[in-house]
Amino acid sequence: MHQVDLSLTEITKVEGSAALDIRVRDGKIEECKFSIKEFKRFYTQAMAGKHYASLPQLLARICGTCSNAHLLCSIESCEKALGIQPSVQSQVLKDLTMSGLMIRDHALHLYLFALPDVYKRDSFLAFDENSAEEHQLLHDAFDIKAAGNYLATIVAGRSVHAINPTIGGFIKVPTADEVKEAVEKLKAIRPAVLRLIKVFEKCDFSLITQAMPVALVGQPFNFLRGAIKGFGDQAIPEEDYPKHLDHVVLPYSQASAYKFEGKLFIVGSLARLNLSQDTLHKNTKKDAKNALKLFPSQNIFHNNLAQAIEILHCLDSSIDTLEQTKFVKEPLIKPTKKSGVGMGVIEAPRGTLYHKVEIGEDGKVIKGKIVVPTGQNQISIETDLRARLTELLPQELDADALRFEMEKLIRAYDPCMSCAAHFLQVNWL
Amino acid sequence: MNKPKNKLRVGWFSFTCCEDSTVVFTELMNERWQDWKRLIDFRHARALQTKNVLDEMDVAFIEGAVSSPEQAEQVKKIRAKCKMLVAIGSCAVTGLPSSQRNQFDEKTRQEIEFILARFNHLDQVQPLKEFIKVDAEVPGCPMDPDKFLAILDLALKKFNIQL
Repeated sequence: MHQVDLSLTEITKVEGSAALDIRVRDGKIEECKFSIKEFKRFYTQAMAGKHYASLPQLLARICGTCSNAHLLCSIESCEKALGIQPSVQSQVLKDLTMSGLMIRDHALHLYLFALPDVYKRDSFLAFDENSAEEHQLLHDAFDIKAAGNYLATIVAGRSVHAINPTIGGFIKVPTADEVKEAVEKLKAIRPAVLRLIKVFEKCDFSLITQAMPVALVGQPFNFLRGAIKGFGDQAIPEEDYPKHLDHVVLPYSQASAYKFEGKLFIVGSLARLNLSQDTLHKNTKKDAKNALKLFPSQNIFHNNLAQAIEILHCLDSSIDTLEQTKFVKEPLIKPTKKSGVGMGVIEAPRGTLYHKVEIGEDGKVIKGKIVVPTGQNQISIETDLRARLTELLPQELDADALRFEMEKLIRAYDPCMSCAAHFLQVNWL
Repeated sequence: MNKPKNKLRVGWFSFTCCEDSTVVFTELMNERWQDWKRLIDFRHARALQTKNVLDEMDVAFIEGAVSSPEQAEQVKKIRAKCKMLVAIGSCAVTGLPSSQRNQFDEKTRQEIEFILARFNHLDQVQPLKEFIKVDAEVPGCPMDPDKFLAILDLALKKFNIQL
């Protein structure tokens, strides 16, 4: 391809609105810009002046698909600011909320967004019910999503903008009957999850990224507790994470971009498995043994495989937790101080999420800061798109084929544009 | 009486919002995907497929508020192509929470002004009804699933789809 002008104004099968502009002249790439097209909704500005009690529900609205991650991260930041130590049961319920989210959200991405690429179909709903394999995948997809949705609903109240988790605890706990039904549903989908892992284990898509993994790593594998691990052996305390991030302005994108200590990095499932596959649930390690041999991996398409393995881990760890815990209604834990600064760091489905809040004596938010996964991945996405385009240049691809290859790579990252364009970067003094 | 049609021609569009109603829509699909595969022809649904066309639709579902002149033009184009238009979720119906910048004080407004100018935002973020005629609304943040299903049922009957 000596001359290419490709402007994809609407990247499909991703969360939110993004665009890609490519210009090639005389076989040389002159432009390859990945931009986030969502219009900013200015949550960082909107949070200032509001009472802290309203903050988690407001910030959940940053993103539909990972709303419960924003909710828990905001709750953590407020609890730390107000000197609240959550109960053991609250921690368990938060873990289960995250598992429900991961199962539902990863399944949405893998089946509805990524799998059509593997099977060369335009849409997951266009899969052929007369093909035994595709028929099975159609049923598996909605069964897995429904089980994740059910887990999130009994624990958190609903799977989008959950209502049970709040500052100081959970306003409702699951009943014994609900727990029993959830365990049955989760056990029932386990064969489907193993089939999903097999599909992405066999998938031969490849692009070796130069970006290094960064994630919150804890023991055992979880999404809420641990230290930030990345380059070298250093373990960075959660609250120091932003000190290692360099804000980069991309003038053509509505979202803030970042480097980690000046270098390319990735966050998300691939980063998590690269850094902590040893800590996965024992049943997951046993039954995903062959797939796990592919990690650590720099193949960005293995992000899909890592998501499938995380679904299995969430299933196995949730079954254990649900079978071993008797849930009782607890009073919400009261703040031990009126004001303060708190930071929440969690692993959202797409990677490390950071919320910071400063609460004043009157209970009102003075200011806040939020760093989302897709902002952190934005530069690596663009760099990898350029690398893939370089690989493809010797081939004579038509516009549709080139679009397919570029979108396929973007989808592997599972970007979330709603999250990325929620705010305007404001530097803390 | 008109002969029953095979499929309802549907568009699903997202503007300025968190796309929570799209997620709820894909969750409702868990129990209903076989019926929807049979009854619905998705003409345009960015979240579900790559090959999208903006042509004649029986129903257009739109989530999100309107933030820019381009988005305003786009919702007008969608209105011109559909027989029934449904506003989905709080941002499409009321503007909020996406329109929260409309209430910012002068100092905050100045802080964000360069972004509004650089990306050609409208002065105010507005709900759909400020730009186009809306035939039905599904309020909620995210949308009320039962209300959505009732409107979908209504549309299937209204457009004489063979169930």
